[in-house]
Amino acid sequence: MAPEIPIEATEAAQPVPAGSVAGEPPGAPPPEGGRAAARFGLGGVFGRLVRWEVALCVALVFVFGIGVDASGDFLSNYNLFTLCTNIGDLAIMALPMTLIVMVGEIDLSVASTLALSAETLGYLWSHGWPMAAIFVVVIALGVVLGAINGLLVTKVGLPSLAVTIGTLTLYRGLANVVLGPLTVSDFPAPFNELGVNGVPGLPFLSWSVAIFFVLAVIFGVVLHGTPFGRSLYAIGLNKEAASHAGIRVPRVKMGLFILSGVVCALVGMLYAFELSSVGENIGIGFELMVITVVLLGGVSIFGGRGTIIGVVLAAFVYGGLRSALLISSSFNENDFQIVSGGLLILSVLVPNVPLFAERARELMRRRAARGIIVSPESSSPTPPPTQGMVT
Amino acid sequence: MSAAREPEAEPSEPESQRRLVDVVLRARTFGIIVVLGVLVLITALIQSRFVGGGEVRFILSQTALYALVAVGEAMVILTRNVDLSVGSVVGLSAYVSANMFGTHPGIPIVLVFLVGLGVGLGCGVITGAITAIGRVPSLVVTLAMLYIIRGVDTIIVGSGVVLASTEPNSFLNIPTATIFGLPDLALAVAVVVAIAAYYLNSYRSGRDLYAIGSDPDAARRAGIPVAKRVFTAFVISGGLAGLGGVVWASQYATIESTAASGLELQIIASVVVGGVAIFGGSGSVVGAALGALLLQTINSALNVIGVSSIWTEAISGLLLITAITLDRGIQLRVAAALRRRRVRLGA
Repeated sequence: MAPEIPIEATEAAQPVPAGSVAGEPPGAPPPEGGRAAARFGLGGVFGRLVRWEVALCVALVFVFGIGVDASGDFLSNYNLFTLCTNIGDLAIMALPMTLIVMVGEIDLSVASTLALSAETLGYLWSHGWPMAAIFVVVIALGVVLGAINGLLVTKVGLPSLAVTIGTLTLYRGLANVVLGPLTVSDFPAPFNELGVNGVPGLPFLSWSVAIFFVLAVIFGVVLHGTPFGRSLYAIGLNKEAASHAGIRVPRVKMGLFILSGVVCALVGMLYAFELSSVGENIGIGFELMVITVVLLGGVSIFGGRGTIIGVVLAAFVYGGLRSALLISSSFNENDFQIVSGGLLILSVLVPNVPLFAERARELMRRRAARGIIVSPESSSPTPPPTQGMVT
Repeated sequence: MSAAREPEAEPSEPESQRRLVDVVLRARTFGIIVVLGVLVLITALIQSRFVGGGEVRFILSQTALYALVAVGEAMVILTRNVDLSVGSVVGLSAYVSANMFGTHPGIPIVLVFLVGLGVGLGCGVITGAITAIGRVPSLVVTLAMLYIIRGVDTIIVGSGVVLASTEPNSFLNIPTATIFGLPDLALAVAVVVAIAAYYLNSYRSGRDLYAIGSDPDAARRAGIPVAKRVFTAFVISGGLAGLGGVVWASQYATIESTAASGLELQIIASVVVGGVAIFGGSGSVVGAALGALLLQTINSALNVIGVSSIWTEAISGLLLITAITLDRGIQLRVAAALRRRRVRLGA
């Protein structure tokens, strides 16, 4: 119950990133932004979320329209299966990332965690370990890697951005060491077929996307339907208030980082099986795509806002766009990198549009005022909200 | 609050605070120098050729590139932002500038440096404008720019590659040229570091960067043009990365589209190891340059004592984490010491 109230209140008053700084005390109303939001019809958290998700639905239809227009093969089982295999692993990693971003943190080490667990799989398999034992080791590895992030963030009190840039480098570096330049590719057939055959009866659906759907339902229910899920919103909106309301913030964050570690470690195995091999630089740069999907899904980089449905839709908009662009011959993988970066920038710029409009009005008002009163100080506006890195 | 009750204690309090913070910051820089000294000593005991002129020149020349880019990155991080796109800027600038030798044979080297600088400034303007005017987190913007610039680089390069044979010897000799036994590059970069340090310490706009990093809101209320300063920091970072690209080209000679990818992580590691707080507001460019020197010395030391270069990345990650953990400890200690002092003065 308790978290519900601050969400509504703060959300309505704060359409704009409030930044990381302890500048404005919680509860102090930033009036300009609030009015801007109201004028643009963005007041109320539900109205806004529905809008974002409706926009994503439209984008999804649009993207599939482009795809079908570009090639009749777009909706073929083969192409849809390829689309699924391309997006499935990223989408699974986006789920724990959503929760981490929700509480105002970030995990840039996901791709390196994936790589280290995949390389560990390759190393152990090439040394004759049974698959079941490897499975256990990889899960334990995921727990450890996630716990390192979590401990540094919660116990030492470091910003997750800095910590996970460090572990991004560290885990990737260790992954390079595990196998060195070797490639391991003699996994048993049933595993290798994960990336070749779809789910029985649904040839267009890859196993990764099937797993993603199941996990998305679980994550969705937990996030939107349980007190624990609501507490994540509360932490993201106001850590102190959440803490005073009895939420054990450090423990929750610790749990989320471990969850992310385990999920990414398991995706590492899945990804290795899909590729049927483990080699150097596996999954490099995945963190960008995972974060793009999460932010495109309407999750605020400042925490406290977003839905699982948005992230699911964003995963398919992203995957669909990639497939649609690649199928129209003039695009290649590299061009999509640019598109993907552009999408990422757009997904943080668009929510700021009301702010830009407000500032433009403010500027015009000030200019008009200057015509009458000479001193610009007297009409000095409310300082715009903080900009800066994420906490 | 105690100052309000006891006005006579007020003048000495900020003074002593400043002195303590100053001492700690100096100790931080001094710490790096000590670590460097110990590292060099141990490595030299294991393998005496480590302190030979050749090896020292090599390390200094390698450091030049990292220190150059780290200076710009440090200025961005001081403002509580981060620039993840520097690796891509170095790569793009390296290709574009070195390619000039192929397309315009006989072009003066100075002009090539200017081209690299221009490429970097261009990238910095775009990143800075989106971050400062768009008021969006620099982490997201520069992460996106990392991939966008790399993508543009790949398109420009295509399947091509710049080969050493197209570049004049005078260009390829830059990394090995020396004055008084010291590499030209290292000296040039030392000058850049000195200028940047002077600017940050003595110019109002330089001090503004610290103010913004300490508390962006307070800085804005104090009348500091935050957006303008942040924009400038990104442009400088871009420009220095652009120059770094030309240096990269002269060092590696063969340039592909993947040139300098992942460099940003080493640069950030250098800056943070050098004592610039990842949350802005404290640190110095001299520290950042020393951080770069330390990282490069470690790489060379590992190489000399026979540890495979495969460990480089893991070690720089570990160093980064150690450095931020250490800084956090120092920060807590200082805060506690200041609090104690305040209590004493208040009592």
